[in-house]
Parts: sequence; C-alpha cells; structure tokens
Amino acid sequence: MKAYFFSETAYPHLPEPENYNSIRVTLPNRYYDPKIGADLYHRHIDEWLYAEDLGWDIMINEHHQTATNVDPAAPIMLGVLARLTTKAKLLILGNPIVNRTQPVRVAEEMAMVDLLSRGRIEVGFVRGVPYEMSAANSSPVRMQERFWEAHDLILKAWTTHDGPFNWEGRYFHHRQVNIWPRPYQQPRPPVWVTATSPGSVKPVAEHGHVVATFLTGYEQTKQVFGAYRKTDAEMGRETNSDRLAYAALVYVGDTDEEGFAGARKLLWYIYSNKVPTQFSNPPGYMPVESVAKILRNGGRSPYHFENKSLEELIEMGIVFAGNPDTVYKQTRKFYDYVGGFGRLLVMGQAGFLDRQETMKGIRVFAQEVYPRLQELK
Amino acid sequence: MNSETVSVRGTELELLHGGSGRPLVVLHGGLPFDRNVDFLDALARHFEVFAPSHPGFGKSPLPGHFDSIDDLVYLYLDFIEQRGLSNATLMGFCIGGWVAAELAARCVHRLSKLILVGPFGIKVGDRETRDFPDIFALNPEEVQRLTYHQQPPPVPDLTTLPDDDLLIIAREREALALYVWEPYLHNPKLKYHLGRVAIPTLIVRGASDGLVSQSYVEAYARFFPDARVATIQAAGHFPQREQPRELADKVISFARD
Repeated sequence: MKAYFFSETAYPHLPEPENYNSIRVTLPNRYYDPKIGADLYHRHIDEWLYAEDLGWDIMINEHHQTATNVDPAAPIMLGVLARLTTKAKLLILGNPIVNRTQPVRVAEEMAMVDLLSRGRIEVGFVRGVPYEMSAANSSPVRMQERFWEAHDLILKAWTTHDGPFNWEGRYFHHRQVNIWPRPYQQPRPPVWVTATSPGSVKPVAEHGHVVATFLTGYEQTKQVFGAYRKTDAEMGRETNSDRLAYAALVYVGDTDEEGFAGARKLLWYIYSNKVPTQFSNPPGYMPVESVAKILRNGGRSPYHFENKSLEELIEMGIVFAGNPDTVYKQTRKFYDYVGGFGRLLVMGQAGFLDRQETMKGIRVFAQEVYPRLQELK
Repeated sequence: MNSETVSVRGTELELLHGGSGRPLVVLHGGLPFDRNVDFLDALARHFEVFAPSHPGFGKSPLPGHFDSIDDLVYLYLDFIEQRGLSNATLMGFCIGGWVAAELAARCVHRLSKLILVGPFGIKVGDRETRDFPDIFALNPEEVQRLTYHQQPPPVPDLTTLPDDDLLIIAREREALALYVWEPYLHNPKLKYHLGRVAIPTLIVRGASDGLVSQSYVEAYARFFPDARVATIQAAGHFPQREQPRELADKVISFARD
C-alpha cells in the first residue's frame, strides 16, 4: 500500500457558525485575511515537503468559494510542488472537469506540470461536490455526460502527436486541438477518478483508471471497490489493488490519547461544513430517487455525519486515529473488510491542527504505521 | 379534463385536454405545484383547452436531446400544427410564459391572442443586476415565501406526499435546471424579436410575486407591439392557485374580445 499526505489548506479563522448561513459559496471573503492566508500557503507547502522527506507521496485537491479549502486553482499548487519536490508522486484529485469550460486547457496544464515534475504527476478528474455547482455557475444536470466527454477530449489531446484534431461534441468544441507541450509520461500520466456509488464506477474500471472514494466508510467503500472488481472480472482481468484508493481522516500520535486529540482537531473539517440544502442538493446532481428520499427526509441528506462523535466516525471507517498500533489495526480491519486496496489518501491536517501537531502526525505515521501498511499486498 | 398521451413528431407528451370552443393552449410553469386542474376546468367551460406537460415534467418523458427552451418552442409549434389549431390563444405561466413568448416571436399565424402570467424570458437589468432572485441559491422555503401572497404558503408538507409525487417533484426540479440554468431564466436575444408578435398580448402579474417584478413585466410589455399589463391582487407567482376565478375571468374576457 502507498500513502499520500493530503490537506485541504483550509482557512479556519472564522466567526462562530451562528453568524453565517453557509461556509461554502456565500461566505464573504472579508473574513479572509490575506497575510494569514499567505502564511498558511507556505506552511502547508512545508508540510507537504516534510511528508515527502519521510517517504510519503503527496495529494492536493481543489474547491471553490469556501473556507474549507482555499486552493481554487490546484494546478498552480501542483506546479509549485513539482518544482520543489524531487521524488514524491504528485496526485491532483482533482481537476473539476465538469466545471472547466476548456478541457484542452486542462490537458495543457497537466502536461506542463508533468514536465516540471519529470513525470511524477497522477491526474485526477472529479465531478466535484454539489456545492461546487453554484460556485462554478455550472449546471448540475447531466454532469456524467459532460465529465466523460471532457475526459475523452483531454486524453486524446495528450496522446495525439500528428497535428490538430477536431472536436465538436455535445458539450465542448475545439476545431484545432494540438497541445504544446505534450506530457512527460508516455503515453500519458496515470488517471484517477472519484466515485462514491457503485453505479458510477463501471466506466472508471473499463478505462483501467484508479478509482478513489472519500470518507465512504465500510459498506459504501466495499460496494465501490466491489463494483470495480466486478467490471474487471467481466472484462476478464484481475483487479490490481493499486487501482483502488480510499481517503480517510487520519491522525497518529505516540499514544491513543494523543492520536484521538489530533483527530478531534481534524473533525473541524466535518463539524464546520455548514451548508444549506440548496447548495448540498442542487437539482440534477443526485438521481431523482435519492432526491425524493431527501425530500421525504425533510431536506436532509442520508449521508450527513456532522453529528457523529469521533468514536462513531472511527467505527464507521471514516477516521483512523490513535497510537501507531491502533491505527494499523483500524486500517487493516478496514482493508480486509473492503477486500483490499492499494492507495490510502490521508487527510492529516484540518482546522486548527497546528504546524507542529501536523508534522508530528506525518512523522509518526511514516515511521511507525506506514512500514507495516507497505507490506499489505 | 381528460389525461391523454400524445406523440408529437416522436416526442411523447402527457396532455390534459377538455372543453369546447376556441382553442386555448396552456403552458405550465417550472416550480412545484404550478398546475391547478380546477382552474383549467373553469377555462374548459369556454374553450377547448390543451395543457401539455413539458418533457421532464409531470408524466412526460425527457428525451436525451432536450436541453433548452428552444426544444420546447419547436415541440409546441409542432403540436399546434399537428392539431391544426387556428385562432388559438396561447397562454403560458412562468417558464411556460417564456416558451409562449418565444413561440409567438417565431410564428403567430395560428394564434390570435397571447397571455403571459408571471413570465420569465427577457433580460432587463444590467450585467450586475439579476432580474429575478437566484432560486437555485435560495432555501426552498424562501422560494415558496417569495412565490405566494398567502403566508405561510399554502403548500403540502413534502414529507407526507406519496412516493410517486415526490419522484415527479424531483424530476421537475432537475428538468427546470436543465432548461433555465444559464443564461439564467432568460434568452438575451428574445427582446429583440418580440416586435414580430403582431397579436394582442396580455401580461398578468400577481401583485405579491416575489420572483417577477412589476417593473419587469412593464418593460416586457414595451417590447411587444400590442401588449398591456394586468395585475391580480392577493396573489403571488401562481394566481391560478391563489386567485383562480379572477385570473380565469381575465383570460376569458381577453381571449374572447
């Protein structure tokens, strides 16, 4: 198993939640102090570099108009890391290609960063969480179609080397596609795609891309990975576990107490995610059957876990926390339950977990847990 | 009113149809609980009423290639042609009003009157001034508050509705977003084409409509050669629900005039 250190570069210095209606989309940026923000960027980059020194790979992501993640142009952060790092894989998970109006531009950005890193990037494509739709002014209807058309165009742009090709699709038009530069990795960088339901996994598996699922816990993760294996089996091939990735909140301390205390600070990410229903459930984002259930449920999503305790979240497989042995056992139990996976995405910083605490978590995981996880095949 | 399923050049439509007299085509709006069968029944005493459900609404399927107001416009042009209607009154509510205005701008040869109730469709404000609240960025309760005169709004409790009704509501909110997301509830070009609508036009607004303002409908009327605005008191965006009798009277006297 390989582990990626990931942080959302959040801006946690906010007023009390009673004073605003949503942490996403509409929270005024007068609450963002640029001097503190600049310090935070440099601090988080230092944490990624420290993780690389200790043998981690690195993951970054992108969200918009939110204090939970102040990295709205992840390719820029990826470019910074490509120049500053030397050995870690750099996973961007990912490019919100449903909301990017020019997929060819995404292909160009990723090719540039692949060169800067001399072939260390892994390129994720994401549909984006529901709150991204208003932030991007992007229609939530028929996103899957748009997603796969953008995906196809980007892959063709990366792998076409004989001059321009034409693209007049339903969603994207570009008559002279001929990117410079081309990617460093041949024929193209590895591709990752996020999925949270078995139904959306099939095309990911068919392409042989890595499927990544975030905070989906025991049951749902088992279903997602199971759907991937099923598609592989239908295609007559064995699933390589490095095609399966799971993202959890993880904090390791010397003792259980220290690990739990760090994890409680990470839970800022869950507890502060105050989002009203119009942004969490935009029309068309979820299948109508799910929307009908939410309407029946008084507007609340069945997947909310803002009211769960740390102990419950550990029980659910959303958080791994404690001393090194505890975290190994939690991860191992989860690994066995879902049938194995090869990529663990560790959200190891959030909210007010400070620089020292974050670096300690990075170090203890790398030294005490990671060697045992690497033995999992 | 009878519920029928009809096919219009291959597109399947749910159609409420009834009454006798001159034809009246009614295009419903895009928000939940827009339709009021009692109101249609009142009109059916004076007209032959045709009230189709837009693809994606009610029981009408949504064809994969449908994604714009234009698709509805050509569908209803075909529908009117196929039925051989003449001297018809075309009436549209909310987004149905937008469709009706677009349709009339293309061709009025089978129409005699046009009625728009709380219509969207044109852009009046500047680029930094939305003409309507962003219903996709508002809490559903707030949207209801804006759309009714009566407070609290007289709407059913969703948590108690049958599953089939909830599925229809879910489908309709998706279809609405598909048709109107961007440009938001308008076609930037429409106002330049409304001068072609050479038939008498009535624009009706509920005085308490929190989505479509009085200044908006007045501006809308000025783009037509022959349009006037009528206001219905004690009604919001759905006068067909809050003041059905008064709205029916206005429709009858205008369409028969």
